[in-house]
Order: sequence, then structure tokens, then C-alpha cells
Amino acid sequence: MHKEFLMGNAAIARGALAAGLNVVSGYPGTPSTEVLETAAKSNDGSLYVEWSVNEKAALELGAGAAYCGARTMVTMKQVGLNVASDPLMSLAYIGVKGGMVILVADDPGPISSQTEQDTRHFAAYSKLPCFDPSSVQEAYDMIQTAFEYSEKYGTPVLFRPTTRVCHGYASVTVKDREEMYVNKPEGFVRDPSRWVIFPKLSYNAHMDIEKRNAGLSKVFSESGLNPITDHGARRGIATHGISYAYACEAVNELAAPVNIFKVGTPFPFPEEAALEFLNGVEEVLCIEELDPVIERELTYVCGKYGLKKKICGKLTGHIPAAGENTCDSVKRAIAEFTDTELPYEENAEDVPPLPVRPPVLCAGCPHRASFFAVKTAMKGKKSVFCGDIGCYTLGNAMPLDMVDTCLCMGAGVNIAQGIGKIDKDTSCFAFVGDSTFFASAITGAVNAVYNQADMTLVVLDNSTTAMTGHQPHPGTGRTMMGQVVDKVDITAVLKGVGVKTVETVDPLDLKAAVDCVKRVSAEPGVKAIIFKSPCAVLIKAGRPAVIDNEKCRNCKRCINLLGCPGIVMREGRPAIENSLCTGCGLCSQVCPFDAIGGGRNEE
Amino acid sequence: MKNNILITGVGGQGIVLTSKLIAATAMEKDIPVMSAETIGMAQKGGSVFSFLRLGEGLYCPMFARKSADIIIGFEPAEAVRMLPYLRDGGKVIVNTHPIMPVTATLKGSDYTGEEMLACLERNVGELIKIDGERACEEVGSPRALNMIMLGAAVRLGVLPFGVEDVTETMKKTVKPQFVEMNTRALQYNK
Repeated sequence: MHKEFLMGNAAIARGALAAGLNVVSGYPGTPSTEVLETAAKSNDGSLYVEWSVNEKAALELGAGAAYCGARTMVTMKQVGLNVASDPLMSLAYIGVKGGMVILVADDPGPISSQTEQDTRHFAAYSKLPCFDPSSVQEAYDMIQTAFEYSEKYGTPVLFRPTTRVCHGYASVTVKDREEMYVNKPEGFVRDPSRWVIFPKLSYNAHMDIEKRNAGLSKVFSESGLNPITDHGARRGIATHGISYAYACEAVNELAAPVNIFKVGTPFPFPEEAALEFLNGVEEVLCIEELDPVIERELTYVCGKYGLKKKICGKLTGHIPAAGENTCDSVKRAIAEFTDTELPYEENAEDVPPLPVRPPVLCAGCPHRASFFAVKTAMKGKKSVFCGDIGCYTLGNAMPLDMVDTCLCMGAGVNIAQGIGKIDKDTSCFAFVGDSTFFASAITGAVNAVYNQADMTLVVLDNSTTAMTGHQPHPGTGRTMMGQVVDKVDITAVLKGVGVKTVETVDPLDLKAAVDCVKRVSAEPGVKAIIFKSPCAVLIKAGRPAVIDNEKCRNCKRCINLLGCPGIVMREGRPAIENSLCTGCGLCSQVCPFDAIGGGRNEE
Repeated sequence: MKNNILITGVGGQGIVLTSKLIAATAMEKDIPVMSAETIGMAQKGGSVFSFLRLGEGLYCPMFARKSADIIIGFEPAEAVRMLPYLRDGGKVIVNTHPIMPVTATLKGSDYTGEEMLACLERNVGELIKIDGERACEEVGSPRALNMIMLGAAVRLGVLPFGVEDVTETMKKTVKPQFVEMNTRALQYNK
């Protein structure tokens, strides 16, 4: 054993490696991404690592490997599980041979997600055991426990940290190499009665699963994963995850008299442990993030055993229904619940209005140029711009204001199709990034082509998965095993599914880009434009632009049209922020007085 | 002995690296350490913070308001934003050079940071102001800001180690060609 300073996600990966991990696959998504990246970095060659095209592919690959007895982990964010839910629901009936942990990171807030969905519900829905760590150290230890349970019970299990555990850092005790478990997969053993899902098998499996979960509830109650801290108090706190850590801090500081029930396995719910906890107290405050899962379970246990206890939480308005908990919100809730005084008054400082800093497209980002080209080309024409998931969702911000819809991965294509079926006089555009295109827009494109849609598909190809930190995808020609492979060509894919017009253009060449949009969007049916230019973060910045103050007439078009962080106001006139400008040259092309030079174009 | 430290500023100022260096120095001294910081979408030009905690008996990387022993503010408004986290008697080190947000540029705002510094003067007992731009010029690198701020923070004597300890850890983590510049930055004291 030795100590290391690790991010929660790194600790999860290292814990999985200590448990004899053979295969890890996933699709990037905040806050889960660093798990697979850490595993890849620690790979001594014995591990198979893959960024799959999407979560469904990742989970199916993991299932196949686990059928062979491999210990496998599949990583994704909460909305990724929606994509992988089809194989997940069936795999729950089939089961696995090697330990299989499906890591799903939830995002209370949400901080960088579309939804505040709670994977603990998915556990109950799919009937799969679920583990919920509360700290970086616990994440390291608990994932090893999760592999043991998975293999012992022959079922995939869910491991569900939240953002603050995933992205928190701590000095943690980790195993030395010789202490790690090594798993040798047996290989696939043919047995159609086990691996082929049929109604009969599903009926039998359903019976078995319910029995297993009833048993697991008892096992979990006695396992130490759901500890009760008994101070002989008449009030109790039931909590989980990072909220447990907040509660411990608060209880310590307030010296609040409470018993604490920490639920580490929300499914199957540890009913006997819950009963023991409830018997010791009169009132309970459930401190949870996302949904009131523990609160409902405790209410159920009270009903089932005829206990007269007061259960408070989200359902009773004691904890906010949405958003993440904080040290402060939990401390306040506990102080109120226990009639303890807060150690200080929250006095408001006399603070001046603070500048807001919403996230923006980077200086030199080619997406800015792409959006601006379409905006310019379609000026005065009735158009709808359907966005998608990625950095380019930020195209919604002023002054670009080019995202009319955004729903989920790959949805823009068929939303544009749907709008076009009703608003027949509107030019419908769908913007999709290259990684999102491969993940979930190809089937949408087939659907649109075959069903005679009239729309323009715009692929923003920056040759990476930028939003989550530049992961490779099938268009990049790199794999997580370090291989250089043939790229999957987006133009060929689109032509292959029947898109007749597919044009590629550099968005930073504004005139060519605008002409291309005008020409292509005027064609009938489904047509596509590929704006190809690498992510500004990945290429060496060029010489910064230079504003010629003799020529500049201070019209501020550069600022008001583009909203690039590389141009600021200094002493009442536009100026280049040299530390940010990449010299992309877009601003020189919008300046009506030819006052902006320098940049890449003049190198 | 426990320490709650809050480092705050704007994406790209080297805040995460500063946090990592404090953590690594604590690890060298066998002091338990936890941290939490902004990651992902918010980093792109947004406010960035890092909560950092040193000492035994910690449960989580974040801490409550009125708990920070020290705020290291890389930008005036960002220091003010996090002021509710400063404990009574806590100290603040601030870079006086403001960073204009894009939204302010678009609206033609005249944000200069002056009103933020005035707010800090009113509310903080021990405030140390550093002209980050000038300091970087004197040290000889526009990338020296984070080490200049860190050096100043360590010299306050709040943390359980000194500039020498941080310098030793720095030498192990940065590329050899940057050691000399970073050493100068850590020792910058004006």
C-alpha cells in the first residue's frame, strides 16, 4: 500500500485495475471521462481500452468480453446510459461470467448535462445492484467490491459516483502492483441456453433475479456498505454519496445530536439496516441529490413494518427538489432539523455587481466561423438552426445566436426533418459535430434521406471530441490502443447512405464558406456541408491579428458580429488580446475597412 | 492543524497547476490533502476555482462559507465572487490586473477592477495586492503569474510549509527549462 494524490475518476480506474480489469470501453461525457483516460494511461499492454462510437456499442463490447470471463468496465455519463439502456435491460436477464461494472457518473446541478436524472432509478428499473461512493478513497475501495459482487452473483452492476466525487481530489491509499488481483479470462464457452435471450429464459431469469435481489438486500444490510453511526439520538439523517461527506462535516461542526445512516447500495435497498436505523430514531432527514430515492424507501419501510416515524427530505420540502447540495445547504438543513444554531450569521458583504463569465467558444474556434458563414448566407431567409451536443452548443450565445434547438446526442438531424414537415417554407439546418455524427447522427441521416426530408446537414468537423477533452473517434485515425488506423470518411458515409450533395469547405475562408452554404442549401432533399478545420486548442496558434488604428473607424463590427474573446475593448476601441488570439483571420474578413491584418493569412 | 485554501480566477491563468503544486508539497510532508476544482465547459473563459484542504479528519474537498483561511485571487472580481467563503480574520492575496469578460466587451462595459479592489479593501483585514502584469514583466515571463501568487501566499505563514518546500516540489514537476523562471517567480517579493 502507498499514498497517491488522485482525482476521483483516476481512483476509480486504479481501483478497477487493482481488481484485475481486462477490458474497458466507454463514450466520453463529463463527469465520467477521466476514468477511461486514466486506465489507458496506466495500461501496461495487458488491458484492452476503447473509446467506442457510443455507449450502446461500449456496453455490448463489454458484455461480450464479460461472457468470456473478462473483468470489464464500461464508462459513461448519466445520459449515456439512456443510449445504452437497450443492451442494459436485456443483459440484466442474461448476466455475465466475468465481473462487469457499468460506471455511470451522475451530474447534480446539472453542471454540464441535459438532465438531472438519477441512475439509482435505472438500477431499480433494470434490477441491477448499484454502488454509490461518497469519497475518492471510498470510490477506490468500492469499485473493487463491486467487481467481487458482480462476479459472485453473475450480474453486471452499476457504479454511480456524482460529479463532486468524480472530480474531487484526495490523497488516497492504493495497492502496490503485487497486491493487485490478476484475472485470467477463460474464453467464450458455447451455451445457447445461457447466452441467447428468449421469452422462456427471460421468465426464468426474472424469477431468479427477484429472489437474488431479496437475498442481496439482506447481504448488503450486513455488508458494512450501509453503516449506521449510532449516537443514541432521537433524530436521524439518511444520506448518500458526497452529501454524506457534507453531512459529516456539518454534524461535526454543529455538534448536532443525530444518528447517521449512509446508504452505499441504494439498490437492492438494504431494508434490514434501514429498519435498524429507523427503530432507533423518531424523525429522519433524508439528504439526497437528484431524486428522493432513500426517502421513498424509508417511507415504504415505515409502511411495511407499521412504524410511526416522520420522514423528511425532498418530498416534504426540507431539501430542494433540484440542483446539487453544498456544504452550506446541508449545514443549514441539519441546523434547522436539529434546532441547532448556525455558528455564524450569513452577512451579505457590500459587493458591487460582478461581471458574468459564461462559457464561450474559444478564440480562433472554427465553429464560430461556421456559424457566422451560415448566418451570413441565410440572412433574410426563413431558417431554423437545430443544434446538438458539444462545444458548438455555445453557438447559442450572443452575438452568433445560432442555436434554435438542442435536445440530446444526434437529435438535431431529425428535429430539423420534423420542423421541415410542418414549416414547409423554412430552410432547416442541423449542426452536428464529428464525434456526435459518429455517435448517433448516421441513423438520423439515413432516416432523413429515405423519408424525403428537405434539410441541410452541417457537420462541424474539427477532427476531435473537443468538449470532453479531445478524445479520438472514428474520424481521427487513432485508437486508445495507440494504433494509427484508416479513418472513417464522413463524406463517404453520407454519400453511402444516399446524400447526393456533400461539399467540404474551410469555414475560416469566409467567402468560400458563405458561397458554399448558399449553393448547397438551395438544392432539394437532404444535402450536407462539412466545415472542416481543426480545433483551435489542438493546433499551434498562428501570429496574432493586428489592428491598424489608422484604418480602424471604431465601427466595432469585429466585436459585435463575432463575439471572439480574442478581441477586447481597450481605451474605447477594439484591440487584439495577444494572449488569446490564434490568428485565425476571421475578423480580418469581416472588417469593412480592411483594418485588421496579421494572423495566419499573412504568414 | 487544518487549512482551507481557495484559489480563484479565470480559465487559463494556471489555477489548477497552482492547486496541484500545493497538494504535492503537502503530500511530500505526509499531510492529508483534498481538492476540488472547476472542470469542463465552464473552463472556457469562465470563472475557475479550486478548493484545497490540508490536514487530518477531512470528509470532503469542498468547504462551507466563512471557512477559508486564505483566498488567492488571480483576478479582482473573481476574488470578490468568492469572498463569502473567507473566514473572519482570513487573508486575501489578489492580482490587481482585471480580465474583461467577452459579455462585458459586447455590452461596452467599462469594468476596470477598481470597484472590486475597493470592495476587498472594505471587507478584508489582511489584503495583499500584487500587480500581476508588472510582476510578470519583472520575473521575465507572462506565464509566471501563478508561481508569483503562490510564493506570496506561502510567505504569509498560513500554510504548513515554506517557499523552499514548494520550490523543491516545483523542480520535480515542471520541465527543466522552466525551473529557473519558476524559482524566480516563487521568490518574487515586492
